[in-house]
Amino acid sequence: MRSPEPLIFEISKPGRKAYSLPALDVPAKSLEDLLPASEIRSEPADLPEVSEVDLVRHFTRLSQLNHGVDIGFYPLGSCTMKYNPKINEEVANLPGFNCIHPYVPEELAQGALQLMYEFQDYLAEIAGMDHVSLQPAAGAHGELTGILIIRAYHRSRNDLKRTKILIPDAAHGTNPASAALGGFTVVEVPSDSRGGVDIEALEEAMDETVAGLMLTNPNTLGLFDENIERIEKIVHGKGGLLYYDGANANAILGISRPGDMGFDVLHFNVHKTFGTPHGGGGPGSGPVAVKAFLEPFLPVPTVVLDNGKYRLDYDKPQTIGQMKSFYGNFLVMVKGYAYIRSLGPDGLREASRNAVLNANYILRRILEYYDLPYDRHCKHEFVVSPSRIKRNTGVRTLDISKRLLDYGVHPPTNYFPMIVDEALMVEPTETESKETLDYFADVLIAIAKEAYENPESVKSAPHTTVVGRLDEAGAARNLNVRWERPE
Amino acid sequence: MNFLPNTDKDREDMLKVIGVGSIEELFSDVPSSLRFQGGLNIPPGLSEYELAKHMAGLASTNTAQDFVNFIGAGSYDHYIPSVVRHVLGRSEFYTAYTPYQAEISQAVLQSIYEYQTMICELTGMEAANASMYDGASAAAESVTIASGLTRRKRALVSKSVHPEARTVISTYAEAQDIQVEEIDYKNGVTDVGCLAGRLGNDVACVVVQQPNFFGLLEPVDEISARVREAGATYIVSVNPMSLGLLRPPVEYGADIVVGEGQVFGNPMAFGGPYLGVMAVNKKYLRRMPGRLVGMTTDGQGRRGFVLTLQTREQHIRRERATSNICSNQALNALAATVYLSWVGKKGIREVGEQCVQKAAYLAGKISGIKGFSIAWEAPFFNEFTVKCPVDAGKVVDALLEKGIIAGYPLGRSYPELKDHLLIAVTEKRTRQEMDDLVAGLEGLA
Ligand SMILES: Cc1ncc(COP(=O)(O)O)c(C=O)c1O
Repeated sequence: MRSPEPLIFEISKPGRKAYSLPALDVPAKSLEDLLPASEIRSEPADLPEVSEVDLVRHFTRLSQLNHGVDIGFYPLGSCTMKYNPKINEEVANLPGFNCIHPYVPEELAQGALQLMYEFQDYLAEIAGMDHVSLQPAAGAHGELTGILIIRAYHRSRNDLKRTKILIPDAAHGTNPASAALGGFTVVEVPSDSRGGVDIEALEEAMDETVAGLMLTNPNTLGLFDENIERIEKIVHGKGGLLYYDGANANAILGISRPGDMGFDVLHFNVHKTFGTPHGGGGPGSGPVAVKAFLEPFLPVPTVVLDNGKYRLDYDKPQTIGQMKSFYGNFLVMVKGYAYIRSLGPDGLREASRNAVLNANYILRRILEYYDLPYDRHCKHEFVVSPSRIKRNTGVRTLDISKRLLDYGVHPPTNYFPMIVDEALMVEPTETESKETLDYFADVLIAIAKEAYENPESVKSAPHTTVVGRLDEAGAARNLNVRWERPE
Repeated sequence: MNFLPNTDKDREDMLKVIGVGSIEELFSDVPSSLRFQGGLNIPPGLSEYELAKHMAGLASTNTAQDFVNFIGAGSYDHYIPSVVRHVLGRSEFYTAYTPYQAEISQAVLQSIYEYQTMICELTGMEAANASMYDGASAAAESVTIASGLTRRKRALVSKSVHPEARTVISTYAEAQDIQVEEIDYKNGVTDVGCLAGRLGNDVACVVVQQPNFFGLLEPVDEISARVREAGATYIVSVNPMSLGLLRPPVEYGADIVVGEGQVFGNPMAFGGPYLGVMAVNKKYLRRMPGRLVGMTTDGQGRRGFVLTLQTREQHIRRERATSNICSNQALNALAATVYLSWVGKKGIREVGEQCVQKAAYLAGKISGIKGFSIAWEAPFFNEFTVKCPVDAGKVVDALLEKGIIAGYPLGRSYPELKDHLLIAVTEKRTRQEMDDLVAGLEGLA
C-alpha cells in the first residue's frame, strides 16, 4: 500500500532552501529609503524551507497518490476524460507561446493571434455558428458569457420583460447557477418518459417572459433529444433564444451541428471535447460561439484579420464587456488547436463515432445487473442505476464507486443527473480499447455479484487506497482549511 | 493522426454485442434533416511530425520572445524554476480532474491544502479557496459576495484598479443590478476625499488595488477606516508577489483579498491560463465561491483531505449557489504551490527586495533623462509610471528597434495619460538591460 506523504510544511527546516537568484547587480539602497517602514512586513510569511530534492520528492511521492487518465480508465461521465496527446503538451511548452506578454505590440505576436483566429474559425465550423469568442476560461464561464449575451440581445431590442431562463431538470448545476448569476430567474422544465424535454411542459412554460432555454444535446442522460426541432420552434416561436451547453459535444463532432439544430449561442469545453488535460480541476477553456445576429454582443476582444495582419478587435459598442483579463486561457487554446489539426475533419468524426460505440458497448454488457431508466441507444455516455442491487442488498452507488477504486478504475460520475435514482454516469470516451471496456464491465458485474454475496465488503470499500473513506461531515463541522504550525 | 485503439474487428464484435449492424444505427435518433452532410471545412489531419513543425512555425512567428520586456500591468516576467515544469509535467497531476473521489485524489487535494495555507500565510487571511479563473474574475465575484452579504447594491471601485479588472467587475455586476461607481485618482492613488464623499451606508464594497495599476502604494489604512465607518466590505486586489516584502492585507483590515497568481510560477503566455487568488476572513467563508479543501480523517483515524463546504457550490445548490464556477485553475495553483515551495520563506522576501531595488534604480536613471520624469511621488514595488516628452505609444515603437519593449502606454486605458508609460521590472531584469532602456530613452529626449 502507498504511504501518506507529510505536508511540505512538515518537512521544512529552517535554513534550507531550493531557490537561487542572480546577485543584485544594481547599487543597493537601504530599504527604508525606498519604502515607508510601516509598509514592510514585520513577520515573514511562513513558507516552507526545503531543498530542491526535498521538493521534488515531496511532489513526486504525492503525485503517486492520485489517479489520472495516464494511469487508468477514467469514465467520469460528463467530463470526457479522453487521452491527452503528449505532443500537444510539448508544443504548448514552446517558448514562442510562453514568453509573450499579453500587451506586447500585435506585430510581435502574429503567430499567437493567427492560432487564435484559426481556432475561432474551426470552432465556428464545428458548431455551425458564425462567430466565436475565446475568452471564457471554462464551461461555466462560457455559460455565463452566453447568458449575458442573451440578456444584452433582448435589452438591445428594449424587450425588458424576459426575466426567466428555462432549464431542464436533467441539466448540470452550472446551468442554473450561470443563469442566476446572469440575473435571471430559473424555471425548471421536467423530462419526459424518453429522457428528453417534456414538450407539453415546455410549451406551457414558454412565453414572452422567457429569455431563453439552456439545453445540453445529447443531454446529461447521454440521450439525443429527438424533439429538438419542435423545441426550437417552441422557443423561437415565442421570441426566446436557445443556448447549447457544449459539454457533451464529443458525441456529435462532424455528425450534427448545434447551429443547424437552431441554437443561437453555445460554449465548448475545450478541456473535454478537444482533448486538453483537466489539470486536476483546471485550467479549461470555454469558447462561446454565436449566430451572426449576436456577434455585436460578444465579449471583447476577438481576433480579426486585416490586410494580412492579425489584430485584436475591441470595437464592439454593444459588447457585454469582458469576462476575464486578456484573451482567455491561451495555452489551453494551443493544445485544443493542435488537437483539431491532428485529427482533421475525419478524425473528429471518427472520435465521436467511436465514443458512442464504446458507450453503447459497455451499456449492453452490464444490463443484466444494472438498470437503464430510458431504454434507448445512448450517445457518448449513459446513466444507469443500481436500483435492484440497492433494493436487494443495501449497496448503493457510492459503495460501488468506492469498490471500483480497488480495481484501479476511476468511478463514473455519482448521483447526477438528479432525476435518476442512484445515478451512475459512465463516459468511456473513444480513446479506450475494447479490452479496457471489457475489464470495466467485468468489474462492474463482479461488484454487483459481490454486493449480493458479501455486501459488507462493498460497503466498506475501498480497501487498497492510501486512505479509506474520509469523514466529509467531520471536515465540514471541524473546518480545517489551512495548516498551523504546532506550538 | 487519431488516438483510437479500436480495430475494425473490435468494432465488429462490439456492434454484435450491442445488436446493431452499424455505428450509424446508433445515431438513428438524430433527425435526418440535422445530420451533417459532407466533411467539416477544417484542414485535413496531420501526422505528429507535421503538427510539431506547424506549431513550431506559429511559435517562432511570435517574435516577442526575442525582446527584453518591461511591461507588467497585471502579468509579470518572473523567473520560473525548472522544478515547476517538472512537477506540472507529472501526468498524475495534469491528467486528473476535480478530486471528487478523495481516496484516489490525495495528491491534488493535499497540494491544494498546501496552496491554501501558503495564500493564508501571505495574505494573513483565515481561508483561501482553490483558485478562481484569474485575478479579475476573482475581483468581480468578490463584489457579488459583498453585495449578497450586505444586501447593498453599490460598489465603489478605484480607477487605480487594473482597467481590465474594472471592466470584468462591471460585466458581472451589471447583470446583478449592482451599480459600479469609479473613484477618481489623485497624484496616482485613490482620491480618498472623493471616496469619502461617495461612501454611505448603501455601499456594499470598496475595491482597491495594492500596489495599484500605476505601481504605487495606496493609502490603504485611510481607505480602510472610511470603509469600516460605512459598514462596507473592503476588497483588496494585491500583487501576491509583493506580499513577501509588504505587509499582509489583514493588517490594514481587508475583508476579501484577491489577486493575480500568475506571478508564482506561471508563464505570461499571452494572457493565460493564470489563476485568481481569493482569500477571506471566516465571516465570508460560507459565501466564498469555488472549491475548498479541508483536512479530515478516515475510519482508522488516518489523516486525509477532502473537498469541503460543497453545499456552497453549483452541483448541489444549483441556482442558489454562491457562484457558477466548476472547473478552476488547479494546475496553475499547483505551479504556484511548487514555486512558493522553491522560493520559500527567505527567497520570496529576496525576490521582493530585488524588485524594489531594481525598480528604484531604473526610476532613478529615467528621472535623470531630460524630458522624462517619474509621474507621481508615492512609493512603489516593482512598477512605476514615467511621464514622457511624447506620446508613450511612440516611445514603445521607437524602442522596439533596440530589442526592448519599453512598457505599457497608459493612454490605452486612460485617455488623459497619453504621455505616460508604465514600466515594470522583476528580479530577471539586469542592470545592462535597464541601462539599455535608459540609453534608448535618452535617444528620444
Ligand atoms: C453538462 C455540463 N455542463 C457544464 C459544465 C461546466 O463546465 P466547466 O467545469 O468547464 O465549467 C460541465 C462540467 O462538468 C458539464 O458536465
